[in-house]
Amino acid sequence: MTSSFQKNLVDKCQEAIHKLYHYLDGELTEEKRQAIEKHLDQCRPCEQAYSFERELRRVIADRMKEEVPESLKKKIADLIQHEFH
Amino acid sequence: MADKNTFVQQALEFMPALYSAALRMTQNPQDAEDLVQETYLRAFRAFDSFQEGTNLKAWLYKILTNSFINSYRVKKKRAYETSLDEVEDLYLYKKLSQQESTDRTFSPEELVLKTLTDQEIKDALESLPESFRLAVILADVEGFSYQEIAEILNLPVGTVMSRIHRGRKALQKALHDYAVKKGLIKNSAELIGQSEGEKK
Repeated sequence: MTSSFQKNLVDKCQEAIHKLYHYLDGELTEEKRQAIEKHLDQCRPCEQAYSFERELRRVIADRMKEEVPESLKKKIADLIQHEFH
Repeated sequence: MADKNTFVQQALEFMPALYSAALRMTQNPQDAEDLVQETYLRAFRAFDSFQEGTNLKAWLYKILTNSFINSYRVKKKRAYETSLDEVEDLYLYKKLSQQESTDRTFSPEELVLKTLTDQEIKDALESLPESFRLAVILADVEGFSYQEIAEILNLPVGTVMSRIHRGRKALQKALHDYAVKKGLIKNSAELIGQSEGEKK
């Protein structure tokens, strides 16, 4: 009984890790997404892996933001203005 | 069909995102400015053909990546492109999980996310082979769907998924190597030495 329960959990963990990126990318069906979320509520190691990957992605996206130089904004505005005439 | 009079109002708000992506693509501020300028000029001239109500951001990114591929790309194949098979999924997380915390307040995972600088993260992304870099920027920085990326890059969805997957592995390996170099975490050889020391 116990070993079948544990095997089931390991299978679910493997599936959750396998689908991690599809989940974070928003590419799973609603049904699969809910199944993953149910597993994450019950499994701390998987939940920690998901949290780390989600946080890593947020950090990378935040750090990539650059300020547009004023000179470039002006050049593009002038360029479009010129195209209108 | 879109009205050219609404171009400024609709398209200029995407300039920060396009400029940031252009910098990661060209790795050079002057080339990035030229690329964004070229993108806006081409977009304005073709705006009549843009289907109002469809995804303008994705349309602009398609012009940006096409312009980059045609005019700025540096064709070089990097040696480790073929060695990525040895890098496992969730590479960084798995490596960090093996570490003992060197800090009283933060776990190794938190320490790495907090301590890596903007420049180190940018350098790690820029170190990726170009095809992987583009896919990772579009997925992880801009949040486009696989289908949207396939349309932007003019590639089959399967190829896009494979590039994102391999790109993420390469990025995680690069970030791991920065964290080892900075002394935030130990490398695999040191960890093996440490565990053998404990056994004695």
